[in-house]
Parts: sequence; structure tokens; C-alpha cells
Amino acid sequence: MQLTGAQALIKSLELQGVEVMFGLPGGAILPVYDPILDSSIRHILVRHEQGAGHMAEGYAMTTGRPGVAMVTSGPGATNVVTPLSNAYMDSTPLVVVSGQVSTAAIGTDAFQECDITGVTMGITKHNWLVKEAADIPRVVAAAFHVATTGRPGPVLIDVPKDVSNAQMEWYWPESLDELDLPGYHPVTVGDPAKVRQAVALLLAAERPVIYAGGGILKARAAQGLLEFAERTGIPVVTTLMARGAFPDSHPLCLGMPGMHGNFTAVTALQRSDLLLALGSRFDDRVTGKIDAFAPEAKVVHVDIDPAELGKVRVPDVPIAGDCRLVIDELLVALDAAGLPHDDAATRSDRGAAARPGTAAAGRPDLGPWWARLRDWQARFPYYYVQEDGGPLKPELVVETLRDLSPVDTVVVAGVGQHQMWASQYWRFDHPYTWVNSGGAGTMGFAVPAAIGAKVGRPDRTVWAIDGDGCFQMTAQELVTAAAERIPVKIAILNNAYLGMVRQWQEMFYAERYSEVYLSPDLPDYVKWAEAMGGVGIRVETPEEVAPAVEKANGIDDRPVVVDFRIDAFEKVFPMVPAGASNDAIVVHPDQADRPR
Amino acid sequence: MSTQPLSLVPGSAAAPRHHILSVLVENKAGVLARVAGLFSRRGFNIFSLAVAPTDNERLSRISIVVDVESAPLEQVVQQLHKLVNVVAISELAPSEAVERELLLATVAAGPDVRSQLIELVGVFGGEVVNVGPDRITVMVAGHPEKVDDFEGLLRDYERVELQRTGRVALPKLERRPGRDQGVG
Repeated sequence: MQLTGAQALIKSLELQGVEVMFGLPGGAILPVYDPILDSSIRHILVRHEQGAGHMAEGYAMTTGRPGVAMVTSGPGATNVVTPLSNAYMDSTPLVVVSGQVSTAAIGTDAFQECDITGVTMGITKHNWLVKEAADIPRVVAAAFHVATTGRPGPVLIDVPKDVSNAQMEWYWPESLDELDLPGYHPVTVGDPAKVRQAVALLLAAERPVIYAGGGILKARAAQGLLEFAERTGIPVVTTLMARGAFPDSHPLCLGMPGMHGNFTAVTALQRSDLLLALGSRFDDRVTGKIDAFAPEAKVVHVDIDPAELGKVRVPDVPIAGDCRLVIDELLVALDAAGLPHDDAATRSDRGAAARPGTAAAGRPDLGPWWARLRDWQARFPYYYVQEDGGPLKPELVVETLRDLSPVDTVVVAGVGQHQMWASQYWRFDHPYTWVNSGGAGTMGFAVPAAIGAKVGRPDRTVWAIDGDGCFQMTAQELVTAAAERIPVKIAILNNAYLGMVRQWQEMFYAERYSEVYLSPDLPDYVKWAEAMGGVGIRVETPEEVAPAVEKANGIDDRPVVVDFRIDAFEKVFPMVPAGASNDAIVVHPDQADRPR
Repeated sequence: MSTQPLSLVPGSAAAPRHHILSVLVENKAGVLARVAGLFSRRGFNIFSLAVAPTDNERLSRISIVVDVESAPLEQVVQQLHKLVNVVAISELAPSEAVERELLLATVAAGPDVRSQLIELVGVFGGEVVNVGPDRITVMVAGHPEKVDDFEGLLRDYERVELQRTGRVALPKLERRPGRDQGVG
């Protein structure tokens, strides 16, 4: 069967199971847009290519399937650079198809030419410039394989216009051997000897902590993590990328560590004598000053990317492997080590109180460790004060959203103060319900990512909790949402500032506020929402919060924007100042005098 | 280019700052840029780099001399492995490798120094590869330290141009017990 390269490309995407893609056409990608009219794939026409990339990310982060975006050459391709970088930092599987000028014109500075494979080399897991139409099925199959296996990540396929127009004899690669990837062999199973060493360290530890990262979600290992934690009675912290990987409501959960994590999670890592890092990468936002991080802890580091083992902190036991498979191996090794199945019950705070002195021979009692953790939790919970008649506090908004929305609501955030309040005050009890920009810190992520999430999970309520600065960067995609009937909800925590920058200038630059004021009224967010085909609601007092949230939750046929006018001077606490040790954690001023 | 003082005896106790990676890559457009880009963005330093085809037309070999003080070797290797076009990596400690490098130099060679220079090239087992009225071009190949020594001695002459290839290396062969290995 003879097909054009363009037809082969769309057919290959269909065979990969692609149901939806996000994009915007242009000159060099025109041939590929023609067969879309005859395809089963739903194409969502965005208003800016950055929106297409972030939508594909939101889709991937909620469904676990690769997100697909399509753009034209030159500026179309460069507009998707930020989403590629974002997906690379957060290991999100993404396949981006870009048009390119014809092969004869490459290198001549042709109209809308850009060396996008060169530009994206350092921010994709791999990329391909397709030179022959006959390569298209193989490259598409290879691209999906690379994006979704091993440590997931974004890939880019650059397709010159003449390659799209050329004829090829259709085929479909039937096996991995046909993908021409001689250097690609991701690891999966952990080394059994290392797994035994890890279990020996775990069972000898007095102050162990499971440091769970985004790799748990990528590996679909949340169930295994729950089983492992309950089996061992070891407390779990969930990083910003792992919120929902372990239920916040679970008694073993300590919540989020890091720069704006809670005191107990941060300090548990610091005082630990054994860290079991599962799919986490010792990011500077978690470790604080690296030389001062968890100084007494031995480290077992499990990661599917061998380059993460020892990149930041040299582990005592490095285990390269898929988190789900390695957790299964760890569970088997616990049996082999003779750990009783009711062991955790004898060691958690509950068990220690109920059955003191029942620690099985050889394994230290975790009771004293749990007593310290519970004491920190009691003294240093997340804390804010909503004063009667005072300005609206953002924490109250997040708590009200949480309490009035379905438990499996997908929450999406941009980057800044609102992101931290959302992570702190939401209660994440289900995996894949939290979508945010972690490693890259991409402002403007929330609106398009929420749209992608809602496309991937139309059965769920999707709330974006956004900042006013972030919202202004990508709000135009609400036009896409209205046109495509994608009913996302956006809560703008409008403090009229680039709030996190304002907080740093207040705390570290002697209150010298440089270029951070935005105004609460310009733009008028309610009118803007209406102009984009959505519903706009303004909230100025605490009393108005719940009715507005209920009204928004009742709208299911168009986007809703709620403009919450919040206290401009509220700061995110706790805070570990950049470059400082986690021991220097700054708590809310009302908690500052409490003994640590 | 290797400029730091090296031990004159290969494999001696002096701790080497460099390590050789022999990297087998797919012979595809852009692969060298991927490797070079990785070193640049991760802050790994390269002393020298040499690329050549192999007997398999689908593969090329890149010989990279890495500064192991800029980053742990293990980290460099693991990051290189993440490049999809990298097929295999051999790590060669200086004591475990046979290394060779080639130097070409054009030197002013008036009647007063010409015979001296030719003699010097002969001592290093090199060749005179081109002769002009008042200049000669010479070639010396060998262990990089030998090439360093030759380059050092050339400082006494008026050098017009000098070019080195960067080192290439292969693993030393296993010694048979009780027998000498030959030239290292």
C-alpha cells in the first residue's frame, strides 16, 4: 500500500493508540494536517503552541499515557521548547511532531526554518530529523518506545515538508528489533544482592524514612508503596512530584518535604538514620544545602535512571530499577529476612502505645522515632490565621475548594506561592490527582495543563489553582477550552503581585520591591473570562468563598474562572531559605518560639 | 590538549587527572553534537576528543579524554549511556590502555638548524613529511607523553604551526603469566 509520508505519520499515531493530540498548523506541517480530517484522532486546536505542549503534559500526567502535540516549523517549534524542557525535568512522556522546511532548504535560513533538533537536543530524551518517508513508521514507533520506557520523557520528531509529501510503501514495525535502537536498553529489575543489602539496612534502622518521589507515579507503584510502608511501619514523605503517590490521610504519611514542606517532613529527613529514596532525585528544593542534608542517614537509592544514583548524594546502596518492580523485590526480601507480617503494628505509634515492648528480636523499636514525629506534627502543623473582617487568606480558599469538591478532583497548579499553598492545604489521597510544574518551574503551566488533564479524565472535576501572574501568561487557552467544550475550573489566587518573588524581596532584599506589582483589577479577570466564553466570578471576602466554589462546581458546560482577591502580604511558611541547611527552616512567626 | 604534568612512566603511582572513554556510537548525523552538548551542559571537561569510523559502517568510535576532577567518571559514563545513539562505552584507566597520538608541526628550518631538527625527529621515530625552502613539516606519532616531550623540545625552534590529533586508545591485552607484554 502506497501512502504519503503525512498519511503514514497519522496512521502510525493511530496504531500507537493516540486518541487525542494538541496542536496548531502552519506551512511546513500542512501536509500532515490534511489526513487528520480522515483520522480517528481528535485534534484540539490551541491558540499558542506552548498551550499544546502543556496540554499534552497535563494529559500524560493524569492518564499515564504519552501526550502528543503537533506544531509547524520555526516559531511553532520554538514555542513548544518550554513544554519540552518542562516535561524533561519532570520525566513526562511526550511526543512532539514538528514540521520542518523541505530537505533541500535545510541549512539555507529558509522561511520559518529553525534547527529544532539542535535546539531541543538537551531537553529531549531523544529527537529525530526524518530524512526519508520510508522511515516514518519506524521513527514513530521508536519515539513512543523511548518516551514511555525507562525514565519517561519527551521526544521530538522533526518532519520536513517534502518528506511528508513523498510516497512510501506502508509497513509497521512488528518488534523492538526493527526500531533501530542499538544503544537503548533501559533497566527494569533491581540487583537482588543490592535488594538484600537494602532490607538489612532498613531492618537495622532506628529512624528510617521513605523519601518517595515522582518515580513512584511514573512506575505506577503507589499500591506497592502503600503495601511496603504498612508492612514495615516506616513513615513516608511525598515530594512535590509525588503528591498523591501515598495518601495524605494515611497515618504513616508525613506529607511534603522541601523548601516549603511541613516541619515534620523536612526534619524527619534531617534526623533520619536511613533514607529509602524511591524514584526521587535529591533535588536542591528538597535537600537544601546538600552538604548539610540528612547528615546521619545512610541512603538506599532506587531509581530507574542509573545516572541519578550518586549524581547528588552518594548512596550506600544504589539500586537501578523500576520502582514498582524493586518494591516487589523488597517485599519478597522482607519475607526472606523473616519480618513478621504484623511487625509494623508493633512499631508504629499506635502499636507502641497499645503493645509496648513487643519489638521483634533484632529490629529496633520505631516507637521512639514515631513519638518524636508525632510531637513535631503537634507543634508545627501548617498554620495560618483568617481574621474576622481581615483580608481573604489563600489557605482558606484552598481548604474550601478541597472540602467542597469531589475527593478524586484533579488539582493543577502553576508555579509560585499558589502552587505551594495548593500542595500544602489540599489533601491528596489518590495518585494522578496532582499536576504541576516541578523541576522547570514553568509559570503559566496551569491553564493549559488543566485543559489537557480534563481531556484525559473527562469524568473528573479539574480545578486549576493559579496565580494572577501565571494566569496572564497562558490564559488565552481558555478560548480553546470554551470552543472545545472542555469545562475546566480556574481559581486565581489574586494577590496583585508576582507573589513568590515579592516574598523573597520582602525577606531577603530588605522589602525593596522591584518589578513585582501587577494590580488586582488590570486585567478585569471576570470580563476576561466572559470574553473567552467562560463564566467569571469575583470573590472578595471569606464569606463569599464557599458559595462561589459551589456555583463553579455546578457548571459543567464551559470554563469557570474565580478571581479570589487574597491578602497580598500572605507568605508561604515554612520556608528553608535558598542555599541554607534544612535545619534553618523558618516556621510561621506564631510558631517561632516553640521548642524544636 | 593535555597540558598538565604527567608521570613519565605510564601506569605509575601518580594519580591521573584524566581517563579515557572509548565510546561506540551510531554513525548518524548529529551524534557528535549530542556527545559534545552533553559534556558542555553537564559541566564535564574534555582534554581531547577524536572521532573515526570503525570497520562496521553503522558505528563510529569517539575517544574522549575526560578530566575526572570536573566530575566523577561514573557520572560521566552514566550520562553518556543515556544518549540513545551511544551503543557501548569502555572505560580505560591510563594504566590499562595503549594510547597513541599524532603530531604535525611546521617549523622554520634554515640551514643552521635543519639538520638538527631532522636528527631530533629521527630520535623520536618521526618523519619529515614536507620540505620547503626555509621550513619543514614533521610528524611524530606515539604515546601522548612522548608527543608531549617532542612538543616541548620544539619550543627551542621557531614553530609556524602545530596540530595534534588528540589521543586514541584501546584496552591493553591480558598479560600471560611469566611473559612480558611488549611495548606499552
